[in-house]
Amino acid sequence: MPKEPVAVVGIGQTKHVSARHDVSIAGLVREAAVAALADAGLTWADIDAVVIGKAPDFFEGVMMPELYLADALGAVGKPMLRVHTAGSVGGSTALIAANLVAARVHRTVLTLAFEKQSESNAMWGLSLPIPFQQPLLAGAGGFFAPHVRAYMRRSGAPDTVGSLVAYKDRRNALKNPYAHIHDPGITLEKVQAAPMLWDPIRYSETCPSSDGACAMILTDRGGAARSPHPPAWVHGGAMRSEPTLFAGKDFVSPQAGKDCAADVYRQAGITDPRREIDAAEIYVPFSWYEPMWLENLGFADEGEGWKLTESGATELDGDLPVNPSGGVLSTNPIGASGMIRFAEAALQVRGRAGEHQVPGAAKALGHAYGGGAQFFSMWLVGSQPPAG
Amino acid sequence: MRDVAIVAFAQTGHRRRTDELSEVDMLMPVLHQVLGETGLKARDIGFTCSGSSDYLAGRAFSFTMALDGVGAHPPISESHVEMDGAWALYEAWVKLQTGEADTALVYAYGKSSPGEVRDVLTRQLDPYYVAPLWPDSVALAALQAQALIDTGAADEAALAEVAARSRTDAAANPYAQLTGDVPAGDYLVRPLRTGDCPPVGDGAAAVVLAVGDTARALCARPAWIRGIDHRIEAHGLGVRDLTDSPSTRLAAERAGAFERPVDTAELHAPFTSQEVVLRTALGLGDEVSVNPSGGALAANPVMAAGLVRLGEAAARIHRGESDRALAHATSGPCLQQNLVAVLEGESAHA
Repeated sequence: MPKEPVAVVGIGQTKHVSARHDVSIAGLVREAAVAALADAGLTWADIDAVVIGKAPDFFEGVMMPELYLADALGAVGKPMLRVHTAGSVGGSTALIAANLVAARVHRTVLTLAFEKQSESNAMWGLSLPIPFQQPLLAGAGGFFAPHVRAYMRRSGAPDTVGSLVAYKDRRNALKNPYAHIHDPGITLEKVQAAPMLWDPIRYSETCPSSDGACAMILTDRGGAARSPHPPAWVHGGAMRSEPTLFAGKDFVSPQAGKDCAADVYRQAGITDPRREIDAAEIYVPFSWYEPMWLENLGFADEGEGWKLTESGATELDGDLPVNPSGGVLSTNPIGASGMIRFAEAALQVRGRAGEHQVPGAAKALGHAYGGGAQFFSMWLVGSQPPAG
Repeated sequence: MRDVAIVAFAQTGHRRRTDELSEVDMLMPVLHQVLGETGLKARDIGFTCSGSSDYLAGRAFSFTMALDGVGAHPPISESHVEMDGAWALYEAWVKLQTGEADTALVYAYGKSSPGEVRDVLTRQLDPYYVAPLWPDSVALAALQAQALIDTGAADEAALAEVAARSRTDAAANPYAQLTGDVPAGDYLVRPLRTGDCPPVGDGAAAVVLAVGDTARALCARPAWIRGIDHRIEAHGLGVRDLTDSPSTRLAAERAGAFERPVDTAELHAPFTSQEVVLRTALGLGDEVSVNPSGGALAANPVMAAGLVRLGEAAARIHRGESDRALAHATSGPCLQQNLVAVLEGESAHA
């Protein structure tokens, strides 16, 4: 029996900010969930199961917070799963929820991801030392900067590309009311003048630390038929993992990312992603990862990703808008960031992205990655149900 | 629904301390054993899923290093739950139901020895109102035990009998941490004595799942998962009846556990009083062999103990010692979240 088609009928986000002092963790997640239910025209009683994800528990200092959040998310008496796949977790969480519907185990599932980074200190959370393992002493930026430098050497990209991405994403964020960083006075010169943090990554080219949550309601064909707003349909979804460190690992373009994209495109019948995909929400925590992932995802040939960025193709009015929402560079509640990518892709094909809507977007990619560029999760959503 | 079976199970010898082993060191032999039993290589596996907790490891992203032990190159389709491995098995079962994979590797591990597990588990309580008071896991279980005794459903002597039976049974289990005659001991937290509480220990477990004929090819007598479901209850202990486990009953109902009697039940009951609660919720009579492995009272590797229950139940079916077994896993304080699976041998009711 073929899989049940999966539809996204509800999407909710909080306004993402540095610190939501006005709500508890429970209050934060409930805000996103209630918004998603409202969008879907459903109530808590319509939800069969809850799948929740977030990045490390040390970020809030709560072990397995899904236990305490069961009440706030209406999960009492229902199944509740808690996913943790590092930075890719928001995407993985959505895919696991989608599997529950695709397998016909449940009909309507609430999936949610969050991070309330102001409850603790993310840099501390990532720096707990244990014996005999390489510590990430300089945080995530220190880990990824050498790989960006390797990309620049390999591709011959001029050192101006990173600032173009940051300038674009931060301008896109001005059109997204939920985005964390809203800087109306932004100029390319300001981006370029920011201090260097981890050469070649400038402060202006890094993601913020945000509090925020994102929720989606996934349902089957019958549920989609009752949806008050157009659904987004899942045409393909996949996860791939590879080890953190091993001889032959390509940190510039990991094999797991390529394999994951290939699997998604195969499921969705995509043969030319550059032409067939109308918008992409790609996990870009440091600006240089836009050209790098454009290659890894097959939008550009190896060494050519930066040319796509430089040409303006990835601008909101370009022919392949990348991160019309403002992306991770503008909003980064870590555990939710992947799900926001998936949700923003769905908003685009539902035609409900507001000011940052890509006109006529019919197919969109949501992408997330995590760990030492080792965990990947992606989905491709469309405005029409999948064929078959 | 596709027919899915547990075709292989392996676990470590569970020990009080494993200072000389990293989590990967502890896990590797178990992964090699289950793959070896089936003849499968990591690259042959359709989906991999694990369960563990960063808080036990004392560092963020602890599971990423464990993945290195799997040998994930070429890249694999893989996921992780920050839960007991029983829920990783559930996620893998769902994946097999979508038809996207025909085999799955599931593993879980936990080392309690580096910290004080009673203290560590307090960090999973409501962070604003409860966790700051540091009520530890034994104290909360003691509240549950006292509530049970107050209903007249058990007394301290009955609880001691549960402990004695478990540890006597565990004598036949080479992996158990605590076996043989265990005195009731002194009170740890009234009314619970040391004998009513699980040992603190380190351990890991792994299973292989397969569908249909693939399962039959990999295992002489696959343990078919006839049903599996899990449910969560409210977190606040004050709004729950601690002497009952409605989530276990509902999960069992959804898993089809009440459709026919089971001969074996592996219950994840770290405290003697919790076995009493679970037996009642599941309607298990004396004719059912409960925790023939010794259960969590004999070995309680946190995050793996639930998966071990599924593995132990499956292994009895593999060996022909059971035709229809119930396996149960729990998570959270005082049985907040519960999973139930029903496993059967091929000829259970042919």
